[in-house]
Amino acid sequence: MFDTALTLSDLMFLIQGAGMTLAVTFFAVTGGTLLGLVFGVIRAHVSVWVALPLIFVLDVFRSVPLLIQLVLANAFQAIAGLNMPPFATSSIVLALYTSAYCTEIVRGAIDAVPTVTRRAARSLGLTWGQDMTYVVFPIALRVALPSWIGLTLGVMKDSALVLWLGLIELLRAGQILVTRLQEPMFILIVVGAIYFLMSFPIARLGGRLEKRFREND
Amino acid sequence: MFSYTFQWRQAFQKLPLLLDGALVTLQIALLSMAMGIAFAVILAVSRNSRSWWAHAPATAWVEVSRNTPALFQIYMAHFGLGSFGIYLSPYVALLVGITFNNAGYLAETFRGALRAIPATQLRAARSLGMPSIQAFRLIILPQMFRIAFLPTTNQMVWAILMTSLGVTVGMNTDLAGITQDINVRSFRTFEIFAIAAVIYYLIAKAVTLGARLLAARLFRY
Repeated sequence: MFDTALTLSDLMFLIQGAGMTLAVTFFAVTGGTLLGLVFGVIRAHVSVWVALPLIFVLDVFRSVPLLIQLVLANAFQAIAGLNMPPFATSSIVLALYTSAYCTEIVRGAIDAVPTVTRRAARSLGLTWGQDMTYVVFPIALRVALPSWIGLTLGVMKDSALVLWLGLIELLRAGQILVTRLQEPMFILIVVGAIYFLMSFPIARLGGRLEKRFREND
Repeated sequence: MFSYTFQWRQAFQKLPLLLDGALVTLQIALLSMAMGIAFAVILAVSRNSRSWWAHAPATAWVEVSRNTPALFQIYMAHFGLGSFGIYLSPYVALLVGITFNNAGYLAETFRGALRAIPATQLRAARSLGMPSIQAFRLIILPQMFRIAFLPTTNQMVWAILMTSLGVTVGMNTDLAGITQDINVRSFRTFEIFAIAAVIYYLIAKAVTLGARLLAARLFRY
């Protein structure tokens, strides 16, 4: 008969860890999306040569391992004497990391709006701002939403790395229980199941949205 | 603001060690990609199969690898398998974890690529008298790799970045591991990790550029 020392309070400990994962993800995705929107709009409207510094910096965030970024940011805030809690450091690094990917999504979505549609809007007398909010935004949203959902889930999974800065998120909580209960396989399966439950339904939703948007095109 | 004295010279003296680590990083990434591609082809084909016994395990693999963190998968290989008395070294655990992840992501890429190949291609090959295995190997696979080439190189960059996770299971021979090793001895965290970051960046760029040159050579008419 299967026997485990995992108690209900241990399970609550894991769920608290999952709460930490979701909190970090929330701040990272919110901050990253706002930054990504701004950068993406700039990227879509400015020539490559003008945006070169921005492109380079965002490319660095995508080409350096997240773990290294976290360690670097943490060391930097200590050097600068900012005394930031690990939660803030992790959220900021993840937000910048998210913004690098979000910029590409936003740029791609804006580029997907046909130029003639935008010219028509401007010919009708809409200002640039009205064109962006009433014409570009609704069309671009359909293109961007599935990838954005994918990005959010990716950030949630990557947020596991903040355990390196000492935050007790889901995976770290699991590791603590493994150390205490010595049942690595079972506890890790529970941890994996929680991750899966947080990710899979939303991934399915994203896939369905993508399919529906494509059918309606 | 900065009462800290940067010690770049001390960090740069460790550059040869870091470059040795970069070779190990590249080695793990290449091995995990080679095995990942092999598994991914099998997974992609099985997922399209009508048989439940081929379809279900492949789907499970793909969904688990795509819906849990890569770090979790490495933990599973390193700590989880201990429950069955299988103790993998950090190197092997890292390799297993990344291969599992690569295979899952690449399987989806390959499945999309397979769907993009017109069904008439296979039928034409079969009409010419090719057995199905031969038709798959000579007609379908090359086209699939061609369509999936760009996403595959992206996955290669991902694999390189993922190797840095090995340090969390005690890996100390790859770039991240050696960096951490030097860090805990010298406490020059910022300097040494900054150099590691630059090396990772250069490797990633070199791979992207190399792939682009290779694509230009391979895919010209």
